[in-house]
Amino acid sequence: MSSLFHGGHLLSILIFFPAVGALALLLLRGDDHVFIRRIALIVSTAEFLFSLLMLRGIPLNSGDYRLVEYAQWITTPPIHYHLGVDGISLFLVILTTILTPISVLASWNSIHHRVKEFFVMLLMLEVGVVGVFLSLDLFLFFLFWEVMLIPMAFLIGIWGHERRIYAAVKFVLYTMAGSILMLVGIIWLYNATGTFDLPTIQQMIQTGALVLQPRAEMLLFLAFFVAFAVKVPLFPLHTWLPDAHVEAPTAGSVMLAGVLLKMGTYGMIRFCLPLFPEASRRAAPWVATLAIIGIIYGALVALVQPNLKKLVAYSSVSHLGFIVLGIFAFRNISMQGAVYQMLAHGISTGALFLLVGMLYDRRHTFEISEYGGLATPMPKFAAFFLFAALSSLGLPMLNGFVGEYLILLGTYQSHWQWASWAALGVILSACYLLWSYQRVFLGEVTHEKNKSLADASRREKFILATMSVIILWMGLGSTYFTRRTEASAEAVIDQVEPQRPYEAAAPPVGSPMVKAAGNDTSVVHDTSVVHVTKQIPAAASGR
Amino acid sequence: MYPHADDVIRALPELVWCGFGMLVMLLQPFVKSRHFFTGLALVGALLGTGAAFAAGATPGAGFYGLIESDVFSFFFRLLIGLVTVLVILAANSYLDRENLPTAEFYALVLFATAGMGVLASARELLTAFIGLELSSISSYILAGFRRDSMKSSEASLKYFLLGSFATAFFLYGIALVYGATGTTNLARMDDADPGSSLLKLGLSMILIGIGFKVAAAPFQIWTPDVYEGAPTPVTALFSAGPKAAAFALLLRIFATVPAATHFWFWAFWVLAVLTMFAGNLGALLQTNVKRLLAYSSIAHAGYILVAFAAVTFMANDLNGGAAPAYAAVMFYLLSYGLVKIGAFTIVSEIGGTGEKNLSLDDYAGLAQRQPFAAAALSVYLLSLLGLPVTAGFFGKFYIFKAAVNSHLMWLAVLMGINSVIGAYYYLRVIVVMYMREGSAEAMAAPPVRFPMAVNVVLAITVIGTIYFGLFPNQVLNFILQPNLIAR
Repeated sequence: MSSLFHGGHLLSILIFFPAVGALALLLLRGDDHVFIRRIALIVSTAEFLFSLLMLRGIPLNSGDYRLVEYAQWITTPPIHYHLGVDGISLFLVILTTILTPISVLASWNSIHHRVKEFFVMLLMLEVGVVGVFLSLDLFLFFLFWEVMLIPMAFLIGIWGHERRIYAAVKFVLYTMAGSILMLVGIIWLYNATGTFDLPTIQQMIQTGALVLQPRAEMLLFLAFFVAFAVKVPLFPLHTWLPDAHVEAPTAGSVMLAGVLLKMGTYGMIRFCLPLFPEASRRAAPWVATLAIIGIIYGALVALVQPNLKKLVAYSSVSHLGFIVLGIFAFRNISMQGAVYQMLAHGISTGALFLLVGMLYDRRHTFEISEYGGLATPMPKFAAFFLFAALSSLGLPMLNGFVGEYLILLGTYQSHWQWASWAALGVILSACYLLWSYQRVFLGEVTHEKNKSLADASRREKFILATMSVIILWMGLGSTYFTRRTEASAEAVIDQVEPQRPYEAAAPPVGSPMVKAAGNDTSVVHDTSVVHVTKQIPAAASGR
Repeated sequence: MYPHADDVIRALPELVWCGFGMLVMLLQPFVKSRHFFTGLALVGALLGTGAAFAAGATPGAGFYGLIESDVFSFFFRLLIGLVTVLVILAANSYLDRENLPTAEFYALVLFATAGMGVLASARELLTAFIGLELSSISSYILAGFRRDSMKSSEASLKYFLLGSFATAFFLYGIALVYGATGTTNLARMDDADPGSSLLKLGLSMILIGIGFKVAAAPFQIWTPDVYEGAPTPVTALFSAGPKAAAFALLLRIFATVPAATHFWFWAFWVLAVLTMFAGNLGALLQTNVKRLLAYSSIAHAGYILVAFAAVTFMANDLNGGAAPAYAAVMFYLLSYGLVKIGAFTIVSEIGGTGEKNLSLDDYAGLAQRQPFAAAALSVYLLSLLGLPVTAGFFGKFYIFKAAVNSHLMWLAVLMGINSVIGAYYYLRVIVVMYMREGSAEAMAAPPVRFPMAVNVVLAITVIGTIYFGLFPNQVLNFILQPNLIAR
């Protein structure tokens, strides 16, 4: 058994194990809800444990793709089944695999009809998301990117709240409009390079074997960027998000905020920056402006939200703005912060959605005015809520602080104006989160119904305690994560840097394409090179 | 002067289909059993499809260059044969339910099939015309096969009037092409002057005739009414068979006649854009599932025409850039045929006696009443929508690729926009099936039991759709042979 995991098929197992679980669920006869839930929990927990095995395969200080799988799939055009994991995707996969069993647990009692289908969809969603994070072939990536839409749309559309159908259709159409453009971009890139293989194309661009005209590069950049920006969502494209979040069931919101939004920022890091460095630099001021607008706009809207779930949804718009800003500041530190913030946001916003969902299970409303003084009937629940809120607003020692701090620090090095505006978002997030906490939990109990609300049940306490432990661990032990992400994050920054001191070390133009992309596919990832370029940002920050 | 044996083998599929059609008609007065004719027609359709292998094994021109047995015609004969087999299987329960005569129906289906086979393998324009007439006239009758239904009669009459008008265009076009080149044989048109305006005019008229058949805008007006009025299994046949055959003829014409000029490129560009928008915008407003699928047929003809724009842009270079565009069209027609047959079969079964339940509301809550039918229909709709893991995705992907290869960025982007518009109405059907509750009486009614033959059709089409969505390799490598079209 262990050879199976060592033998290089771990990533395939990670992608398809939930699919096998979903199939098993589908074949089950009968309506034994308890049994179905247990199977879903076992499958998703096993998947989480499998995903931890990846940690053994990733050495520290390595920006390379590891655990690579490479096989021919379609001959014309040459499409490969190419999987690999590096520091950036590693924890995103683990985030996905841990949020799935949490979502299963969170749906334990709140899903009453079509239970089997619900868990099938949840597991299929996991298949798509894990596939997106592990694909190294543009075509394969696109495939998982699209496949994941359908289960999410069903989760919103069948088990959501009143306006669920509107929200589900809006979600699909927004994403699809963006991704169709990306498909055109992918094919264009294929015509220019003759391959869909990401590391190969990356290498061609780095070595100068492929030179895109500025206009073409900008159009390609936009084709990819818009698809990702819809997903993030970046400011003017964000309108699907509040609808989708408010209408989705708790598990859907957790997965949506926790990992689906990260697919957008992940795509920017993985595709936009390394493939179109020149265009990324040219677009950076515009993107940063939109990100800052998103940070402040999202925070302001959250501030005035009467609906608790919408408040958390808009806080996502604000927090994701930070991540985009960190990516497009092109500093090692800010990129590190962006990667870290992706994980932190997944956990703390996931926790907030779980908490809001638990409130909904009790009172069937998201209106803040319906609550008030809840700390009296449910003190433990209130404590967990405060903890999650504090982590989301970036209290030092908790996970949100690390990411935000690194992003602001890195951004300040390159553009202090951007950082100053973005810092407003930090202040505002404290305002809206603490104010909403005050209105919901503090003071006298204002509604008769709220007096007898039950405190967190054992199942809920287990979920919330797990999330809280992760929050604390990520806040205190952040080096455990950053040591594994740093080399990959730096490798991305190296590829966008305008100066290319490593060009001498690069192979000559037209060097043979990488076939077995397993070992050291890219010269850029060579560690000795990374050390040279490490000094560049510091030197360049004076510009 | 007897035909050579090889000539007969090269035309064997059409001969078998025609022969069985006549046999069915001859036996009709003597055999009372309805299902006997189903079996006989099925055997005929299968034998004809089998004969395609014999024809494929004997490549070359038959009957002094009138027809051509090459990889291209082999592919289309198999496709048309498959469509016919599936339609016969799906039609059986429908005819029983509506109490319609079986023998005439199957005879007409077989004649139509033979006509399509001739269209796909003809290498001479008058032969193609005979194929067109054979399939069209059978189609006119089939459209009006439910004689006591007003809608069916209307469909038949409309199809006949507009269809014969279009056929006249086609015939006139042949005459003009003959005037320009001195021949009706495509093989001898190699050295025709592509700039000749007589040739352009003639080919334009032929294009109008074929454009009518494939429901390309602005010749698509008949489509929704005819598709809605015709018996549903016949609609399935219309949407898959004649479309494939007519596109096959169009491909062959533009592969052999020197026509890679700006004129043709822009003609197809405009046709493609008009057709995509006409289909998709029309479908947005439909509440009748049969009509919705009819409009979607128009939209898909538009997508295929995008590949034609790429073909004509590619300087007619079959060995170079145009080959992927040909492959795109052929793969698309295959994936599209499977899906449309499956979808219309479900519409036919859900429709019930007298085709009562055709509106979207009748599909509300279908996922709970009939989970398998809803799942199958979802697979078809997702394939039409072009989502991965379905054949439709690869079909669309290859057309995108052909368009981008030819630097038709704007056309690719317009096609992308149309895909998103299309996503809306395909999703609407899925939403209704899965996310809406059906009316109380509909939910209380016992689920419609699908007959065995229908289940076979659904199984074949669903498995085919997903299989070609995962492993399109074999088909593609087969189509991408260098000697695809005899020149």
